[in-house]
Amino acid sequence: MAEHASLTPFAPDVRAGGFGLRLSRFIHRNARYIFPAPAFLVVGLIIVYPVIYTGWMSLQEWFASSLTLPKFIGMDNYQKILTADPRFREAFFRTLYFTLIAVTVETALGVTMAVVFNREFWGKGLVRTLSILPMMATPTAISLVFVMMYHPTLGVLNYLVTRLGLPLFTWTYSSKTALYAIALVDVWEWTPLIMLIAMAGLASLPKEPYESAKIDGASAFQCFYLITLPLLRPTLVVAILFRAIDALKTFDIIFVMTQGGPSNASETINILLFNQAFSYFNMGYASSMAVALFAIIMGICLILMKVRRVGW
Amino acid sequence: MVGNTRAQKLLKTIGFYGLVTFFMLPTVFVFYWMVTLSLKPQIEAAAYPPIFFNFSITFKGYLEVFAKHPFLLYTWNSLVVAAGTTLLGLIVGLPAAYSIAQWRQHKFALTILVARIIPGISYLIPWYILFRNLKMVDTYPALILTHLVVGLPITIWVMIGFFEDVPSELREAALIDGCTDYGAFWRVAVPLVKPGIVATAILAFIFSWNNFLFSVILAGRNTRTLPIAVFNMIGYEEINWAPLAAAATLITLPVIILTLIIQRHIVTGLTFGAVKG
Repeated sequence: MAEHASLTPFAPDVRAGGFGLRLSRFIHRNARYIFPAPAFLVVGLIIVYPVIYTGWMSLQEWFASSLTLPKFIGMDNYQKILTADPRFREAFFRTLYFTLIAVTVETALGVTMAVVFNREFWGKGLVRTLSILPMMATPTAISLVFVMMYHPTLGVLNYLVTRLGLPLFTWTYSSKTALYAIALVDVWEWTPLIMLIAMAGLASLPKEPYESAKIDGASAFQCFYLITLPLLRPTLVVAILFRAIDALKTFDIIFVMTQGGPSNASETINILLFNQAFSYFNMGYASSMAVALFAIIMGICLILMKVRRVGW
Repeated sequence: MVGNTRAQKLLKTIGFYGLVTFFMLPTVFVFYWMVTLSLKPQIEAAAYPPIFFNFSITFKGYLEVFAKHPFLLYTWNSLVVAAGTTLLGLIVGLPAAYSIAQWRQHKFALTILVARIIPGISYLIPWYILFRNLKMVDTYPALILTHLVVGLPITIWVMIGFFEDVPSELREAALIDGCTDYGAFWRVAVPLVKPGIVATAILAFIFSWNNFLFSVILAGRNTRTLPIAVFNMIGYEEINWAPLAAAATLITLPVIILTLIIQRHIVTGLTFGAVKG
């Protein structure tokens, strides 16, 4: 009994009557609310409060650099975003385009690699280990390395490219190629995630459909297209969903490598809105863009989740 | 005939490993280039054509990083903020994850998942205004609280998975033996999920260590963290590449070591438990 008593550091102390007893009884009956309570408070403070504040701020006109108070202007900021700001519109399409290229290439490449690696071979563990590193390595540091590799005259990539017989690239140094060069960094970082998720999915696929397909004389390509891909779809959609959410929000690598340039060529919504907020201190307008970006991400999430249920 | 098939098999194996090398080369090369650049003397670091193998090794780049910049202070700042975020995330997140797994509080879990979708800047604007008014910009608490926006959700979601794997009979047995819910949590569940706690802590630590967006606004001269320091160095060092690469290597090295320790849990963490790695 004594041993059990020591297991109950918070057991109600029966000797303490009145309020103390009632309090401890309350604490014990409501453990299910008390356990998550601190997290509930912290989430409220650091997540819910800022989100509500941003929503409210998006209805104001306010420059944090000035001494004037915020002025309530209703939906004017949103009206400006939708109708009167060509820069936002460009950033909007650029963000979608960037996400589309990056995620498409990552998915195609990741699935191909997963299919190739889907067998037992010497060094599989090493492949898996190496694949994790690009996702976790500090994006700022990786961007810095790419800045050096992308250098137009001294960079190692232009040297390699010319050795392959291709013309010199301008990478992040020209408005024509900057967005693609940044997407390439994203592809380098995140293709392994799709690959690892697809590998996990492939490992859990049933063997029977392949056996009967073989008997029916299906080719390897038919097996992949008609069996593997449909069976893998739920897993892949989850992977694509996570990648799309993050690609739409890409900030670090763009900000470090080009800060949106040259001449806005890589200015996504996130970069535009960061500059509105912290270069021009146009907090009201920036807040409405933040809400818009959230709506865009949410919309794409919903579309992808629907794709999960219906066919391709 | 036999020799022929054996040769074919060998050829196939060689072809397969050629393909493996082809796919993995970009991953390896970027890290290889980062580390070798950091070890080259300046003339060889910016040489064209680039030197791939036969370069002279020097630690001048690293010495320069510490001599020209208060790099130790930045490292200390990154450590304090990341450790603070991790610790606070665990203290608040562990009971919440246990409770969500135990009593199936999925609505709360979903609310936290939404935090993963919301763009970071929508937190940053209110935080910046609030901390500016409280004169808390450039303080550790400001950075730790904002890094918790990333750290707490990941802690809770990854730990839900681990707590769900604890058989509920164990809790019931503990309750019958006279344990309270608090005892069952602290003395039964937590010891069983210790490996999970280590993995979660390392994930939260790395995410805070890597964070750029929140720190670039809320860290000042006193609390500047490594990613911000490296970002500032780009303009300062121009094509003085050895110290730049040395700084990049110094930031990345701890992350890589930590990642290798918990590599089995990385994919689970990155997908918030949606995919078991």
